[in-house]
Amino acid sequence: MKDKILNIAPNARFLEAQFLTVCLPKETFHDTALQLRHDKELQFDFLVCMTGMDWGETLGVMYHLRSTKSGREINIRVETSNRINPELPTVSDIWATANLNEREVFGMLGIRFINHPDMRQLFLRNDWVGYPLRKDYNADPDINPIRLESESNEDAALTLEMTETGEIQEKENVIFEDDEYVVNIGPQHPATHGVLRFRVALEGEIVKKVDINCGYIHRGIEKLCESMTYPQTLAMTDRLDYLSAHMNRHALCMCIEEAMGIEVPERAKYIRTIMDELTRIASHLLFWSTFCMDFGALSAFFYGFRDREKILDMFEETSGGRLIQNYNCIGGVMADIHPNLISRIKEFVKYMPKKLKEYHEVFTGNIIAEQRMKNIGVLSLDDAISHGVTGPAGRASGWSCDVRKLHPYGVYDKVDFKEILYDKGDTFDRYMVRMDEIIESLHILEQLTDNIPAGDYAVKTKPIIKLPEGQYYKSVEAARGEFGVFIESHGDKNPYRVKFRSPGLTLVSVVDLLASHNKIADLIAIGASLDYVVPDIDR
Amino acid sequence: MFDFAVVTHWVDETLGNILPDSWVTTTEFVLVGISLLIAYAVMALGLIYAERKVCAYFQCRLGPNRVGPFGMVQTITDMIKMLIKEIIEINHTDRFLFNLAPYIVIIASLLAFSCIPFAKGLEILDFNVGIFFLIAVSSIGIVGILLAGWASNNKYSLIGAMRSGAQMISYELSIGLSILTMVVLTGSMQLSTIVESQADGWFIFKGHIPAFIAFVIYLIAGTAETNRGPFDLPEAESELTAGYHTEYSGMHFGFFYVAEFVNMFIVASVATTLFWGGWMPLHIPGWEFFNMVMDYIPPILWFFGKSAIMVFIIMWFKWTFPRLRIDQLLTLEWKYLLPINLCNLFLMVFVVVFKLHF
Amino acid sequence: MRSTQQYFSDFFTGLKSLLKGMRITLGEFFTPKVTECYPENRATLKMFDRFRGDLTMIHNEHNEHHCVACGICEMNCPNGTIHIESRMEETEDGKKKKVLVRYIYDHGSCIYCQLCVRNCPHHAIEFVPTFEHAVFTREKLIEQLNRSGSKLAEK
Repeated sequence: MKDKILNIAPNARFLEAQFLTVCLPKETFHDTALQLRHDKELQFDFLVCMTGMDWGETLGVMYHLRSTKSGREINIRVETSNRINPELPTVSDIWATANLNEREVFGMLGIRFINHPDMRQLFLRNDWVGYPLRKDYNADPDINPIRLESESNEDAALTLEMTETGEIQEKENVIFEDDEYVVNIGPQHPATHGVLRFRVALEGEIVKKVDINCGYIHRGIEKLCESMTYPQTLAMTDRLDYLSAHMNRHALCMCIEEAMGIEVPERAKYIRTIMDELTRIASHLLFWSTFCMDFGALSAFFYGFRDREKILDMFEETSGGRLIQNYNCIGGVMADIHPNLISRIKEFVKYMPKKLKEYHEVFTGNIIAEQRMKNIGVLSLDDAISHGVTGPAGRASGWSCDVRKLHPYGVYDKVDFKEILYDKGDTFDRYMVRMDEIIESLHILEQLTDNIPAGDYAVKTKPIIKLPEGQYYKSVEAARGEFGVFIESHGDKNPYRVKFRSPGLTLVSVVDLLASHNKIADLIAIGASLDYVVPDIDR
Repeated sequence: MFDFAVVTHWVDETLGNILPDSWVTTTEFVLVGISLLIAYAVMALGLIYAERKVCAYFQCRLGPNRVGPFGMVQTITDMIKMLIKEIIEINHTDRFLFNLAPYIVIIASLLAFSCIPFAKGLEILDFNVGIFFLIAVSSIGIVGILLAGWASNNKYSLIGAMRSGAQMISYELSIGLSILTMVVLTGSMQLSTIVESQADGWFIFKGHIPAFIAFVIYLIAGTAETNRGPFDLPEAESELTAGYHTEYSGMHFGFFYVAEFVNMFIVASVATTLFWGGWMPLHIPGWEFFNMVMDYIPPILWFFGKSAIMVFIIMWFKWTFPRLRIDQLLTLEWKYLLPINLCNLFLMVFVVVFKLHF
Repeated sequence: MRSTQQYFSDFFTGLKSLLKGMRITLGEFFTPKVTECYPENRATLKMFDRFRGDLTMIHNEHNEHHCVACGICEMNCPNGTIHIESRMEETEDGKKKKVLVRYIYDHGSCIYCQLCVRNCPHHAIEFVPTFEHAVFTREKLIEQLNRSGSKLAEK
């Protein structure tokens, strides 16, 4: 692979790490990226994760690329030594998912991306002073006090354009014209599932354009993690996508364990997998409930919650938490499973299929719902990959992106389950993928409950955990897509940089694409079918 | 069977004995008005309570159960809360229209409410084009909703109001045509006559197939007419937060809320009157004893019993179905209900002309 | 002709699907309700014993605890929830020893991550499954965990 990359970019430097890391000069980066994307053999068509970094002297970005054809993965490291006015070329025209990610990097590190159409803050306020993820950031509350006045709405975005002569010009990119009928959906809105805000340009009932405003629940978890010890960072993961709390924590634990070379006992792996699948069912049940509620079928909402309650009870009995389970720990799980858990799961596995049938009768088969779902918000396979829409939403477009199959973790290599794939990519398919995944998860649980091996549920770890120097990435299949953890360690007891690859941000980035030229009701339906969780978007 | 006209005549005579004629009329107006308002308010409270309980039971919940036995006092306390709540003044609204809108809505529904024959002799407005009048006044409500959406100076409200306009104008047709179908059968537009002529059998049985089709269409269109789920697009909680009444607070919101519930009752009671015999007891020809027993149940109970079942069905719709999208809503009306309705009207004429009804 | 057929079949399948849905909701209308009647069932309501409700210090019957005021819990807390006040005391044999004065726990900022309990070398603190924690001011959430007059248990 090195040779092929050298063919494309003769001036690349290589670093050996978990993945092959390629250092590219920023001047030719855009062209190289374009070739890497379209090269017949390499075909790095999926930008998994984009991490803005402050390496002290230089600022830069780590691009984690994966080829959906060959499964090869590389990291690309691009940096600039200009700390006052750092500029890098954009790749948002190559991988659409970079669009929002670059805006995030711009806000957090101040790196401006040339030719990016929309260089606005993504999470922070427009009047924020300083760049929080830089190491020399001054967190003095006097500099950024709690501002009580509301933020102004900007209808135009700044963009940097490279002219043919190589000069950089600042330009304004108009998002909404003055005479457009712009409606706010959110931040306080029943259908945004949290404090997410869409600015929607309407023409009658038809949506013309959606502009996404995030950051209402941004807590700076990545920044917080930098000042925490590794066991402490675990507590943060449950608060990202709280509906797949267990999986998020699983990802971070695995990343730390892999870095330290800890081998997790088999029993712990079984327990983790069981809990992951229970979380997935709970999350999909909640999806079903809120999906129905967004469609106006209010009774269905309660049926889903009633059945989800049974899983929450299992969590509470075993781990002591219902939503924030706090169960995984470095080296295994916090406590052994509760003796009642297995019998509860068995009961649930018997109970659930009957209820699923009921769900399908009351909602899926319903003519109104069916007509509102089918052929609405079609996400093509190419768009899904380019936007990095993983998880059920990606699989509905026919993209086989299940991390459980690609890089089996836990005991997923020992159980038999199908990866649910649909091919149309409309709202109905996204819905059906989740409904079918519930059945698959039940099937996995059935296989696991009787075969949990005896043994320790955790290995003892040292009281102070230090990761060897290096960069680590590990991902799991969370309920909404690939949840990845990227850690750069400098050998201290706290991480140098933690980045969470949240599935939510990629999901929300396709809302504009899917909802344009549909009706308002479809916008709500599409949002519900993507099933983003706002704390996961904002982090 | 007890005729309520006895009571009204007695009141009239008693007043006539002690007061001059003009004063009698005035007093009677006031009395009727007050009883109408009280009946309206009580009806609304009862319906809100019923809706909460029914909805809760559909959703595996218990519903209100704190205030009073089975939570029965809950709606009354809520009403008190609503009455003492501040009516918030919004900037940049068309104040006059904004304040006028809820009254238009409530007056329209009050007028329609007064047409309903509750029992023998217990009807306030009863004249030869009663049913026509009822359709006319109940559609005034749409003006209120449009005004509310327009005057609020809120984009959600405006979209809600426009949806409401499109919806109500479309479904008015279906309501009108299905009622017309029944008028063909009765040959009268006077509500009391319609009920009287069902003494030997309710129209749903007499008119069999066309009457049943008309009934189903009426129920669907009636649900749409009252802006209730699955036709609650003007409010569309998950899309427009609260649609046309987003900006209303206090009792002004209360008026919209109450009117919605009473409108539902009006739809149910018109369905009862037209199709299920109004306050007429169930009579089966030939079963003399059974008919006699049925006669002992007071007509007012018959009426409310039947209406309650209708109301339950409308609630059942709401708590089962997802909301329609605006184009589905219009497709349903113009492509399905309207053609079916027209054919049905023709069928009814056929049935009546050839005396195929019972 | 095909489209006419389509028109009617669509209509009737649609109608059927609606009736199916109504059958399900009517069935649910009569199922037992799942509402927890909370204050009424207080006597019978029992939380799962692993539920993390409140941090407590374990005291034995002689009003003795096991906390040696080492501060490991304080150090491990990601949110600065625990604050330990201690003083140095001289024991009879002349050694200096840390003694716990006040163990302050701010319930309002606890994220129930269990790091304090897991890292305590003497098992002096634990989570108990109580759950009625509502108070009227934030100050009331700040609790002192060691009881007044308590002292370190002798080994």
